[in-house]
Amino acid sequence: MSAILSVEHVGVRFGGLVAIADLHFDVQAGEIVSLIGPNGAGKTTAFNVMTGFLKPNQGDVRFRGTSLRDLPPHAITRLGLARTFQRTSVFPDDTVFDNVMIGLHQMGAALDRVPVFDALLGRSGAGERQLRARAEALLDWVGLAARAHEKASSLAYGEQRLVGVALALATEPAMLLLDEPVSGMNASETRVFVRLIRQIRERGVTILLVEHDMPMVMEVSDRIVVLNYGRLIAEGPPDRIRTDPAVIEAYLGQGSAARQAAAAVQEAAHA
Amino acid sequence: MNRLFPLALLAGLVVLPLGLGTNPYLLNALIVTGILTIGAMSLNLLLGFTGQLSLGHIAFFGIGAYVSALTSLGFDVDLGFGLRAVHEPWPAWGGFLLATVAAGGCGYLIGRLSFRVRGAYFVIVTISFAEVVRLVALNWVELTQGPLALTNIPAITLGLPGLGIWTLKTKLQNYYLVLTVGTLCYGVIARLVGGRFGRAMRGLKENESLALSVGINATRTLTVAAVISAAMAGAAGSLYAHYLRIIDPDVFLFATTVTMVIMVVAGGKGTLMGPVVGGLIFGLLPVALRPVMAPEAQWIVYGLVLIVILFVMPRGIVPGLSALLSRRQARPAPVLEVNPAVQR
Repeated sequence: MSAILSVEHVGVRFGGLVAIADLHFDVQAGEIVSLIGPNGAGKTTAFNVMTGFLKPNQGDVRFRGTSLRDLPPHAITRLGLARTFQRTSVFPDDTVFDNVMIGLHQMGAALDRVPVFDALLGRSGAGERQLRARAEALLDWVGLAARAHEKASSLAYGEQRLVGVALALATEPAMLLLDEPVSGMNASETRVFVRLIRQIRERGVTILLVEHDMPMVMEVSDRIVVLNYGRLIAEGPPDRIRTDPAVIEAYLGQGSAARQAAAAVQEAAHA
Repeated sequence: MNRLFPLALLAGLVVLPLGLGTNPYLLNALIVTGILTIGAMSLNLLLGFTGQLSLGHIAFFGIGAYVSALTSLGFDVDLGFGLRAVHEPWPAWGGFLLATVAAGGCGYLIGRLSFRVRGAYFVIVTISFAEVVRLVALNWVELTQGPLALTNIPAITLGLPGLGIWTLKTKLQNYYLVLTVGTLCYGVIARLVGGRFGRAMRGLKENESLALSVGINATRTLTVAAVISAAMAGAAGSLYAHYLRIIDPDVFLFATTVTMVIMVVAGGKGTLMGPVVGGLIFGLLPVALRPVMAPEAQWIVYGLVLIVILFVMPRGIVPGLSALLSRRQARPAPVLEVNPAVQR
């Protein structure tokens, strides 16, 4: 197996605040990897570095061997690394269908020769038809076909996340970064979404996931990377992470129930 | 309705002079209104579709006017260092083309310069640019004659092989010239906005991060929009110069930019017909008011009309009316949608 994405000793500081300190891990092609950690651990910051929205103070991110350090977000997307966003995942004033049409920007670029002139001379007819067919297929695939002609901002929160996923998939990515995709979804929507993630992987797309829903993370991930205070504190398959003392401490904190439980065990032993 | 209205309006404007007879005052008002409306349409491409406010839009208009005038008048200027720039007069249509290209080039420079920062910075850069260009027009007397104005600008001459040559001197000819250029600009904007380029602009306006994340190049998209917008404003300026046949640095008046912004905002920014409707209303309002009141009072009414329009239809006339129409058509409205997801 070869690493499709390598995060190499990345550090990000905002003034005196260290958001990420020396983060280093790989994602193998075809994997589903989750990036977890308590609030403020640096997960979204890491995503922003990987997708060019934030420049790291140190280190580099490599995607299929290409350094992403000096690339703007749109160029990184064109390399095949797509992402979704935590909160605003749609173009609110457009219909769901038009959202996906905007997302198909790159596919349109491949169809047009000289975009502006093609548009002016009306040569984009065939290309437009292909784009519309593709948009319909994508909406069908994520299960939003019935919502195609509704305004994106009128959709329920969980459905807006699906629009976000459809937009990311419209760029034909080799790897997809999902930022808290099931937050705001109910249990059944989450189950459907887990199935969708697996289907996306079956199409050959590698997935890196930031998520707070632990049962979902444990179910879907091949491997989990745990961050705390901008540092990697554990890495491994779900079973190992579940029992890792450092992870338990990070989530439950010192002086918490876990520690009290441990103390109680010790006391019992002494007695 | 959305498709028919522009065509009906065009047909109406084509036959309008027949109804007016040869009232030169009204024709003049229509021509100037038409030219300003082209300016408003070009401004709308930036303000309405990309969300960037160009408060120096008149600079592109004025550059178009001056480039066109100077190209067709010719000039002989001392550049210093013993260099002289001499230009023999070209036919006026050459000036028109050059004006469009020159204004578009300025749009490119302003776009490259300011779209890295966007928003308020773009507003400031465009205002400063317009002021600098006005000062150049005012003070480079050897080239522009400064406040003495460039006079005797030739009218546009159209020649079709085998059909003869026309010099567009009468108001009626100029009316149809402006109408033709305006219709062309409308068609270009409609094509741009309706396709992939328009979707990229909409995406950037609605959610920039998301637009970047699907591979839309913000700087390039906005720069192309600025170039096309500036080129159209330059074309309008050229029409203005060859119609009035005299221009002075007052073409760079800030108030003209404000008028264009009012036309766009009142008509409905981000719609194709908005600037046309707004342009016709606010361009012809002075004509309607002139017999009734003094010019100073007209400005007050102008302001009142704008306030009333935006109070009743905050998004402008065209979006307001089409919302009204679709509501009427959709009646009786469904009490409950079948789908619980949309009832938020």
